[in-house]
Amino acid sequence: MATSQTLARQGALNVSDVQRPRSVGAHLLLLPAYLWLGIFFLLPLVIIVYYSLTVRTPLGGSEAVFTLEHYARLWDPLYARIFWRSLWLAVATTVITILMAYPFAYALARTPQRWKNLLLLLSVIPFWTNFLVRTYAWMVILRSNGLVNTALMSLGLIEQPLPLLFTPGSVLLGLVYGFLPFMILPIYAAIDRLEPSLLEAAADLGARPWQTFWRVTLPLTAPGIAAGVLLVFVPALGMFIIPDLMGGAKVTLIGNLIQNQFLSARNWQFGSAASVVLMALVVLGLRLYKRFFRLEGVF
Amino acid sequence: MALIFFFLYFPIGVLVVFSFNASRINATWQGFTLDWYRQLFHDFAIWAATSNSLIVGVASAAISTVIGTMAAFALHRYSFRGKAAFESLLQLPIVIPEIVMGVSLLAFFVLIEMPLGLHTVTIAHVAFNISFVTVVVRARLYAFDFTLEEAAMDLGANRWQTFFKVTLPLIAPGVAAGFLIALTLSLDDFIIAFFTAGPGANTLPMQVYSMMRFGVTPKVNALSTLMLAVVILIGVVGQFIFRGRKETPVPEEEIHPVPRGFEVYAKAGSDRARVPVGAVGARSSPDAQHLQLG
Repeated sequence: MATSQTLARQGALNVSDVQRPRSVGAHLLLLPAYLWLGIFFLLPLVIIVYYSLTVRTPLGGSEAVFTLEHYARLWDPLYARIFWRSLWLAVATTVITILMAYPFAYALARTPQRWKNLLLLLSVIPFWTNFLVRTYAWMVILRSNGLVNTALMSLGLIEQPLPLLFTPGSVLLGLVYGFLPFMILPIYAAIDRLEPSLLEAAADLGARPWQTFWRVTLPLTAPGIAAGVLLVFVPALGMFIIPDLMGGAKVTLIGNLIQNQFLSARNWQFGSAASVVLMALVVLGLRLYKRFFRLEGVF
Repeated sequence: MALIFFFLYFPIGVLVVFSFNASRINATWQGFTLDWYRQLFHDFAIWAATSNSLIVGVASAAISTVIGTMAAFALHRYSFRGKAAFESLLQLPIVIPEIVMGVSLLAFFVLIEMPLGLHTVTIAHVAFNISFVTVVVRARLYAFDFTLEEAAMDLGANRWQTFFKVTLPLIAPGVAAGFLIALTLSLDDFIIAFFTAGPGANTLPMQVYSMMRFGVTPKVNALSTLMLAVVILIGVVGQFIFRGRKETPVPEEEIHPVPRGFEVYAKAGSDRARVPVGAVGARSSPDAQHLQLG
């Protein structure tokens, strides 16, 4: 980033006399991107904002009458609970994946070089495996005549299969399993970059191992955690595959709500309001988050 | 560490083992069979979905590579008014929840009365792939020496000759990396395709999803195992290729080709890496408190 800006600035200084035609060239090069993103990305977002603010006709169309009723409806305890549950599950997923990924990434970064490539490859494979496949794997294990229940029953520990799937717990498990690789990689990269001499310096200056960890290692690897949080929290908040496959109809999250409103209930106005709120949560949250971490970059 | 590896691989392992199990419903082992794979190869719907996925993937990757490479050039070489605004616009498709992108595109296509089909999925995939291609190609451009272009022009080449004979061959690896990432993201995407594909235009992940919703069957186990095998194969081959050319410095994006949103990290990480000493000094500053909370 910094280098590109410096380069661009130097370029602009050297050729300040021909800057005007150059910038026309830039806009010409950007034209296809402007058009595509404008028409197929921004305009659709404007449309759902419009839907969310207009009255629904009995046939499901939109009448151009301004209303806030769809947003008001989101405060209904039924829907408020869905938002709350989504938020709670996304936070829990993020915290649990950090706690699991950090020690793992630490050990991985400290592995001798000859094993490192292999172990790294093993950590990347789940990251690249399709989400559906990895969610499905748990269905095989947890369903009523799945691996766990069959094993417990043949051991005589239980007589009836336990309801393991389609519970909030199974959804949380699915989320943690699904997003763990997204937390491991950025944290690993941050720890791998850590200068060992800094830790030695801390020890030389009399820090105990845990002091070194809290005051040197953790602050220096925090950007990795921060990146992991972005990669886990945001998609976990809007997730609908895992609750759909592993939660059945019992564990509804924001993503399921939106999907239902658009595909089954065909109340696009209400579904749009929920989407706008989800989008606002993510974009505002990200802004705050970025400001927070940019502060930390300016020493 | 072993525990986490177990956690990561145990479910996948179970899946693979059961795809060879002769029993249709039970989780007990009843002998080795390849029947499920045989059934899979005779399933027309799966072949159709696979070819749909490839069509959408190649088309959307090609279009977004052209658009994204042009945008990367503009961002790298020029400074212009509105650059910062365009850069934030470019980041939005990366951070906005996929489901929101999916439903908004669905609303849009229905509003303009465009029938849904493979073309609508392709359009949607290009919309999110442009951002990724731009990031990847732009990273590659940092390493490109633009004085070579000046040299070519000094030697009498015109703009087009310079671009096609000098610039493009030199940045080709970056453009190829952009294309591959776009292709992978497109093949992997379920959510956006789910909302923007019409009836009868299933992509492979959509086909897999509808089979999974139906329940656990040995056939899905076999299909999942095959998808896993492809990923592992690509991973292992990639590992060999990169090991073979370690001498040439490769931008990070290529060593760890990463999915949606990851480059947000790459930036945060590399900025930090440049100021390790300052960062240690910040221990005592109030900012360090925030850091630990984060």
